[in-house]
Order: sequence, then structure tokens, then C-alpha cells
Amino acid sequence: MTVGCTAADLVTAIRAAAATVAEHRVELIQLDRAIGDGDHGENLDRGFKAVLAALGQSTVDDPSAVLKLVATTLISKVGGAAGPLYGTAFLRASTAVKDRAELTAADVAEALTAALGGVVARGKAEPGDKTMVDALTPAVQAATGESITEVLTAAAEAAQAGADATVPLVARKGRASYLGERSAGHMDPGARSTALLLRAFAEAAAR
Amino acid sequence: MSRVGLVVVSHSARLADGVVEVAAQMAPNVTAVAAGGTADGGIGTDFDAVTAAIENADGGAGVVVLYDLGSARMIAEMAVEAADNARLADGPLVEGAVAAAVAAEGGADPAAVAHAAENAAGPPDEPAPTTGESEEAVVTLTNEIGLHARPAATVARAMTEIDATVTVHFGTATADGRSVLALMGLGARGGDRIRVTATGPRAADAVRTFQELAADNFGD
Repeated sequence: MTVGCTAADLVTAIRAAAATVAEHRVELIQLDRAIGDGDHGENLDRGFKAVLAALGQSTVDDPSAVLKLVATTLISKVGGAAGPLYGTAFLRASTAVKDRAELTAADVAEALTAALGGVVARGKAEPGDKTMVDALTPAVQAATGESITEVLTAAAEAAQAGADATVPLVARKGRASYLGERSAGHMDPGARSTALLLRAFAEAAAR
Repeated sequence: MSRVGLVVVSHSARLADGVVEVAAQMAPNVTAVAAGGTADGGIGTDFDAVTAAIENADGGAGVVVLYDLGSARMIAEMAVEAADNARLADGPLVEGAVAAAVAAEGGADPAAVAHAAENAAGPPDEPAPTTGESEEAVVTLTNEIGLHARPAATVARAMTEIDATVTVHFGTATADGRSVLALMGLGARGGDRIRVTATGPRAADAVRTFQELAADNFGD
């Protein structure tokens, strides 16, 4: 994927993301069990398995349509807050790159920005609340580069740094906020899954 | 003519069906689709059901989506965002659906249908303007159903376009001439005599227009 990202390239990246989620299912469950209700890994894995099934059944013509199919599948299949949040992220990304046959590096950065906007609009979380916004915000800020691989690699590294930085935070949004001070000392599972997804996309782009 | 379709999103399948039933009675030519309950028949809202309802409700003129409470709003918002032919109306469910259906029946565009739903709770009371003319007339309703759904919608649309504050009096009740639901709420039927009062720069036009509409049986 040295030049543009076609619908087929994006499908490959989404499949890689689904594989990553499956691989890290138990880790996400354990992170969520510490400060949430323990279903994040299970829900996300179920959602991305449904995405794989949906991609297998549908013909998607352009990158926007791929992102929209991912969005609607995650919304309907992932329970809890993660379905609507990730669903809205992919939905806004889809709208941001509408009618483009191939995505450029700038398009990818724009899609990430739109995704963050969707997550913030839906979840009303701010940076520092110990949510996926803490991974996605630095990812968007870092998402620059000449190639899609550069953009996504920078975004993925910033996202993981952001996720790591959620460890000492006290949660102010989501289920973890009920724990108050006891939420400190654990990485936010949503921030971690965001970083994992971006890393999967970056690695797919590099191949 | 293709009319705007409606989708009613509710936590309860029976509630959504009931609201659609009431709205459909007011607007027989409008496609209203219920999206209530979860896929397994429980209480909740289902994204796929709402998305399918939007598809089924669209006859080419777009769709307006109403919802009941809580997470129904989020599901409705996402479904509207995923569709490119729908818009959300943030109004009371029953009154909003009726007002939207009547507006859609009259050929209103999606923005106007949503506006009708959002204002269905009634506009805030405004003090009568002290400037301009003041006019009134007594009108006998000669159409059978009186100021019911379509006639009420016809009156409300006409009055909205005239710069005047119009009040319709029937017995001791009064209604804002621009509000479909308030006009319907008067319960004025064929043979009833109503009084129309108007104030403002075009008060005379408003009263004359009302008289003309009534003489024409509101187009029925």
C-alpha cells in the first residue's frame, strides 16, 4: 500500500484488525474486568467477527462503503458503549472519505480526525477522562506523513503512548468512573483497543 | 406526488405500532413505519430495525425519524447518520408523529415535517402584538369533518405564511391558527360556527384567507 488505499486494501486492513482483536481478546477482557464490566474484549471480538462475515457477504465498491459496513455492523453487534462509539468513529470516517476511489495519506488523516470527532460527539468524553479519546486524540495529532504507512504508524505509536498514559488516571466517563480513585493503576481497555486497531492498520499498510 | 415518510423509534414495539396507527389515521397517504423493541422482542431499540424502517419509509422524498427516550435517541441518531435520506425530529412522540404526519400528508419537505414535529408541544405563549390592525369574522364550517387533520393542516400552513397573529375561537376554547394540533384540539366539526380573530400588519388578509379556505371546504 505504498500509493493509495483502495477498497480491497482497506478490507485487508480491517481483516488484520479483526485478527488483532481476536488475538488480544483475553487481554482486553482482563483490562476491562479490572475497571469495567469485563465485556470489552468479548464484545469487540464478536463485533469484528461479524464484520468479517459482513465483508464476506457484501460487495463494497469504495473505501467509504467498507468503513460504513464496518460501522453499521459494529453498532448492531457490539454491546455496551463500545459499539456505538467505534461504530460512530467508522461512520464519520466513512462520511469523511465519501466518493473517493482511493485514499491518500491526507484522506487517512482526515478520516481519523472525523472518527475522533464522532467519538467525542457520541461519548462526550474529554482528554484525561480515561477513555478511548485518550488514545485517539494524540493519534490524530500525530497523524501526519508522506505515505499512509507513515500516517498510520505515527498515529498508532501516539495512540499506544496515550493508552499507556491512562494507567494513572482516575476515570471520569464510562463504567470505570463508578470506581473513582480505584480506577487508577489500570490501563483503559477502550484506549488499549484503539491503539491495537491503529497498530493493525499501520502494519497492514506497511505490507 | 412522493411524500416524506416517517419512522417511529420506541423502546416498545407496541408503543411504536400504536403511534404509527394514530399517525396513519391522520395521514392516509403517508408511509409511517414502526421500529420498536429489540430484535428478540424485548424492551429496547435495535439499530438494524431502525435502519430497515428508514429504507421502507422512503418513497423518494426523504424520511423524518421520531424517537421516544434515552438510548432510542442515540440509536436513531446513528441510523439517521448512516442513512443519507433521513433527519431526526426532536419532538414529543405522539403529538410530534401526528403533526409530522399531517405536515407530510400536505406535501411538506423533510425540514418542514421535522419542524412540525418539534413544535408539536405548542409554541410558547406570546403576548398579542399591540400594533397593526385587528380583524375578526365568524365562519360556519360546511365541510363534514370540520377543522380536523387535513383542513387543520391547510389552515395552519396558510396562516404561517401571513404576517398576522391568528386565533381561532370555538366555544370557550381558543387555538393558535398556525398550530395543526391546537386547531384539531378545538374539535370543531361540520356545521359548527367558529370565530377567527387576527392582529398584526396583515390581519385582514389572514381573516379573508381563512374565510376563503372555509368556503372551499378547505380543499376537501
